[in-house]
Amino acid sequence: MRGSVALRLEPGGRAVLALRGQFLLDGGVPSHEEVARDLKDLKGISSVGFDCGELGKWDSSLLAFVLRLEGELGGSGIVVERSGLPKGAKRLLDLAASSPRGQARERERGSLFLRTGQWASSQMIKSWDVVGFLGEVSWSMGRLVTGRARFRGSDLLHVMHRCGVDALPIVSLISFLVGLILAFVGAVQLRVFGAQIFVAALVGIGMVRVLGAIMTGIIMAGRTGAAFAAELGTMELNEEIDALRTLGIPPVEFLVLPRMVGLSLMMPLLCVYSDLLGILGGLSVGVVMLDINIQEYLRMTREAVKPSYFWIGVFHSFVFGVLVAITGCFHGMRAGRSASSVGQAATSAVVSGIVSIIVATAVITYLCQVLGL
Amino acid sequence: METAAIKIENLTMAYGDNVIQRDLTFEVPEGKVTVIMGGSGCGKSTLLRHMLGLVEPKRGRVLYWGEDFWGADEARRLSIMRRIGVLYQGGALWSSMTLAENVALPLKEFTRLTEREIQELVSLKLALVGLAGFEDFYPAELSGGMRKRAALARAIALDPEILFFDEPSAGLDPVSARRLDELILELKESLGATIVVVTHELASIFAVGDHSVFLDSVEKTITAMGPPKDLLAHPPNERVREFLTRGGSLN
Repeated sequence: MRGSVALRLEPGGRAVLALRGQFLLDGGVPSHEEVARDLKDLKGISSVGFDCGELGKWDSSLLAFVLRLEGELGGSGIVVERSGLPKGAKRLLDLAASSPRGQARERERGSLFLRTGQWASSQMIKSWDVVGFLGEVSWSMGRLVTGRARFRGSDLLHVMHRCGVDALPIVSLISFLVGLILAFVGAVQLRVFGAQIFVAALVGIGMVRVLGAIMTGIIMAGRTGAAFAAELGTMELNEEIDALRTLGIPPVEFLVLPRMVGLSLMMPLLCVYSDLLGILGGLSVGVVMLDINIQEYLRMTREAVKPSYFWIGVFHSFVFGVLVAITGCFHGMRAGRSASSVGQAATSAVVSGIVSIIVATAVITYLCQVLGL
Repeated sequence: METAAIKIENLTMAYGDNVIQRDLTFEVPEGKVTVIMGGSGCGKSTLLRHMLGLVEPKRGRVLYWGEDFWGADEARRLSIMRRIGVLYQGGALWSSMTLAENVALPLKEFTRLTEREIQELVSLKLALVGLAGFEDFYPAELSGGMRKRAALARAIALDPEILFFDEPSAGLDPVSARRLDELILELKESLGATIVVVTHELASIFAVGDHSVFLDSVEKTITAMGPPKDLLAHPPNERVREFLTRGGSLN
C-alpha cells in the first residue's frame, strides 16, 4: 500500500500528520509540497506533529519526506515536532543533523591572464620533471656501464621474453600485410610502365630502411609501452615504488633500466624479423599477381637494398626501443593514485610513444639526408 | 524464537584442492550484529565472498531468508543482492566519481526517483556518516577513515536489510575505529538492519558483537559460536581463549 498523509487538527493550533501505508524508495511517497501548502493554508497553526500508528514499512524516503517538509515550512513559523516519528527514524534524523558540515568546495576560476600563467607554470614544472627523469635514466645508464647498477637479471630476461618472443605473432601479421599492401599499391602504378620488377626494390627499400622499424615501433608502443605504464602505475598505486625508495634502491635503476635495456635489445631483432616478413609479403604479391620469378624477385631485392639501408633501419628501431621504454616508464611512474590515473598513464604512454617515434623518424631521415646516406 | 536472516549449511570453501574451511554451519540472527572472527589467513574474507555470492561454494548452501542463493535463478539472485549492502575493506569507492556520484549510482540504477530526490537522499546518507558537505570531493582527496565512511554511505544507499562489513577498523586510528563501531551500532538500532562484521580487532568484536562465529585455521572449521563476551568468560578451547586474550593467560 502506497504511503499517504491525513491532516488532523488538534486544539491549541497544533496539526498532526497521520502517516499511513508504506514509505519506500520503490513506491510513491506523498508530495511534501501539497502537505506544506495545506498546512500553510490553515491559518493559525503553530506546530505540526506526526502520528505513525498506521505507518507500515519505511526507509530513507520517510526521512527525505520529513526533511523536505521541514525545508518547505522553514520560513512559515510552523514548528515540526519529530517526537511522533518512529524511534529509528528520529535517531537517524538526529544523527544526520549532528554531522558537521564540511567546508564547501571552492572551484574558483580566475581571469584568463591568471589561468594562462598557471597553465604555463604547470607546463614548466612538467618539462622539468621530464628533464629530471631523463637525467635519472642517463645516470643509471652510467652505473649500468660501470657495472654498478642494481637490478635483477631475471627481470631483464622476463622483459625480453615479454616484449620480444611474445610479440612475434602480431609483428608477423602486421609486417606481412604491410609488405603486401606496399607491393599491391606499387604494382598498380609500375605495371603501367611495364616496370613490375621494381616492386621488389620498392618493398625491399621501404621495409628495410624505415617501414619495418616504424611498424614494430608502433606495435611496441601500443603493446609494451602501455603495459609498462600500467604496470608501473599500479606499482605506484600499491606503494611498491615507495617501498623501493625507502629501501634505498633507486626505482629508475631497478624498474626502468631492465625495461629500457630489454626493449632496446629486442627492438632491432624484431625490426629485422619484420623486414623479412615484409619482403615475404611483397614477394607473394610479385609471384601471384605480377608473375615474377622468385629468384628474380630476390635478386632484385638484394641489388636494391644496400647494407647501409639495413643499418639505418636497425638504428631507427634501437632509438624507438629507447623512446617507447622511456615514455612508458615515465608515464607509469608519474601516474596518480587512482584507477583512472593508471588508465590515463597508459593512454599518454601510447600517444607520446607514437608521437616520439614519428618525430624521431623525421629527425633521423633529415640527418641521413645531410650525411648523404 | 528469533529468525535467521542468513543460514550457512555445510559450506566447504576451497581454491582448487586447497581446502580453506570445511563444513561450516551457522546462522546469522536477524536484527543483530554477528561477528565472523579468526586469525589472519583463516578464511574470514573468503567466507564473506562466499556469502556475498562472489564465489560459488565447493559444497554446501547459503540461504538468505530461507532461500538457497545458488539454487535460485539469476533474477532471484539479483533481487537478493539488492537487499544487501557491503562495506569493502578498502572502501572500494569508484575513484573516477565524486562521493555524490558514488552514492547516487545505486539509487539511479535501482529506483525511479527523480534527479532532485536522489540528490536529497545522497546528502542525507552522507550526513548520516558524518560527511555532510563532501558531495563534490573525489575519494582520492579524503583520508582513509573518511573514505570508509563514504563507502558506508554508498552501502546504505538502498536501505539494505543486511549490511556486511569487511574489516571495518582496518587501517583506522583507534578513535576513528571506535566512531565507526558506534556508527555500526547506531545503524543497527535505527535501521533495524542485520549486520555481519568480519574482523580480528578485539575492541570491535566486544564493542559491536551480539553473536560471533570463530573460524579456526588449524581445525579448518568453526570451533566456537556465541556472544563474544560469553566466549571470553568461558572459552570452549585453547585457541579461542588465546585469540580473545591476545595470546595472554587467563590471569
